[in-house]
Amino acid sequence: MVIAVTLIVSFAIRLTGDPAVMLAQGAGSITEADLDRIREALGLNQSFLTQYIGFLRGLVVGDFGRSFMGGTPVSDLICRALPATLALAFASLFVSIVVSIPLGIKAAVSRGRWPDQMIRIFSLIGLSFPNFWLAIMLVLLLSITFNLLPPSGMEGFSSFIMPAATMGIILTATNVRLVRTTMLDTLRSQYIMVARAKGLSNTVVLYKHALRNCSIPLITYFGLQFGGLLGGIVVVERVFNWPGLGTLAFEAVSARDYPVLQGVITVLSLMIISINLIVDIAYGLVDPRVRKE
Amino acid sequence: MTAAIKTDKLKRFKNLEFILGVLLVGGIGLAVIFSGWLFPGGGSELNLAYRLTPPLAEPGFPLGTDPLGRDVLARVIIGGEISLKVGVYSALGAVVIGIIMGLVSGYYGGFLDMIVMRFADVQLALPFILLAITFIAVIGGGLTNMIILLIISQWVQYARLVRGSVLSLRDREFILAAKAIGVKDIRILFQHLLPNLIGPVIVLMTLNVANNILLESSLTFLGLGVDPVIPSWGGMLAEGRTYLQTAWWVSVFPGLAILLTVLGLNLLGDWLRDALDPTGRTSL
Repeated sequence: MVIAVTLIVSFAIRLTGDPAVMLAQGAGSITEADLDRIREALGLNQSFLTQYIGFLRGLVVGDFGRSFMGGTPVSDLICRALPATLALAFASLFVSIVVSIPLGIKAAVSRGRWPDQMIRIFSLIGLSFPNFWLAIMLVLLLSITFNLLPPSGMEGFSSFIMPAATMGIILTATNVRLVRTTMLDTLRSQYIMVARAKGLSNTVVLYKHALRNCSIPLITYFGLQFGGLLGGIVVVERVFNWPGLGTLAFEAVSARDYPVLQGVITVLSLMIISINLIVDIAYGLVDPRVRKE
Repeated sequence: MTAAIKTDKLKRFKNLEFILGVLLVGGIGLAVIFSGWLFPGGGSELNLAYRLTPPLAEPGFPLGTDPLGRDVLARVIIGGEISLKVGVYSALGAVVIGIIMGLVSGYYGGFLDMIVMRFADVQLALPFILLAITFIAVIGGGLTNMIILLIISQWVQYARLVRGSVLSLRDREFILAAKAIGVKDIRILFQHLLPNLIGPVIVLMTLNVANNILLESSLTFLGLGVDPVIPSWGGMLAEGRTYLQTAWWVSVFPGLAILLTVLGLNLLGDWLRDALDPTGRTSL
């Protein structure tokens, strides 16, 4: 799978144009011989297949090659950008889970009555927000009008709030509906009726009996969301000038910096694949029935 | 008794959802269709004397003007054309391809089925925006390319959905009966299977149009979509962002237009899903 992804990507990027020409721009007069020398130095004169096999060989030992611009090892660039993106991803996932579980349960319990409908309307509105516009509106409100938070960059906790909130709000809108639907299914089960008949308090029934039984489908959905979440972060990073993988990838595209773009996409795909693996492991942790098998 | 009241209330809410959705989508759709007639200038005439006029400050510019003195209202309405075109055409294209591939792979199985499903797996592992950034860098932006890109990335969803339904319908009596009396395969696929599985496909399509509008505007916002010269919601937002400190209206209204259009489509999709599937099995 990783191979399929990297092959498509690295083939596609090479069609975008000649990085040697991009590099030479602004260097004054250059001859065709100069360009050839640059190509040779970067290994661009070899065939696509040779370049690709070289990339794969490096990948096995964790070497993504060097950036065409400045020659920094790609792995260094990625190591610098990855924590910023990961922090954002997990913060927004955390926010959305913490908010959407109680709201989703509330909606399921009061099905058809006004709390359910209010939650439903808010989640529909949240689903319809373009993430980058929500980001811009937060900047307008919190940075420009009230001057509470820094509008961009990554300096301390205060600059972290808005990017995480943007993605958190949009994810919450989706997750509330997931929690509601799963919960509705669970609440119909007989063991919930038994728990209630035993005279357990409402909170214990909902959060202990029902929620634990919802956790398998919910974890699956949260895992599947991760790809979309990373995609959204790429866009939101641009608005907040967040020094993460999205910004790195975007700059690499404009500079035709193949090794960097290849590295970023490989790392992102690996992350998505490993999240799905973690999801499988998590099943066993939350559900004793899976553990026994 | 209480249950009856509950469903009654739910029904009334559902109707409200439908009415709101129709109003939003219909209103914006009509405004965009008649935009040429409403704003013959195409929203690009420059009024340099009125640069960055706030909303309601000057007659003739109800939503204010942008840094070049262009009417924001006119540009928002005309800009809708790009988003609606991309949203609708790409969803239609993806539906047609997805239905055909889903029907064929579900009905015949085998090698083609395997290919379709592998393709779907690979797509799950790639965030769309990154794929888009890469491919648009290759083939260039523009309306047609964006539609093609969205079709390529989204037909799989329909194929999976259709395939799943075909697998559950394929061995039902009415299909066996049709086969027994010698109906041709192509007729079984399109006349017997298709009508039985089209409901969820239409729901998915409505939500897909909404999603495509969001994706289109994000890409255009990043400078990877349609030509910035043509008014479009994403493009206007990218321009307006620079003037956020001084002129909020330039970035508020295009975004609001996206929000309302997508909200309208989501409301319709939601209503449609409940109307077609009253048990709520598919409602997520």
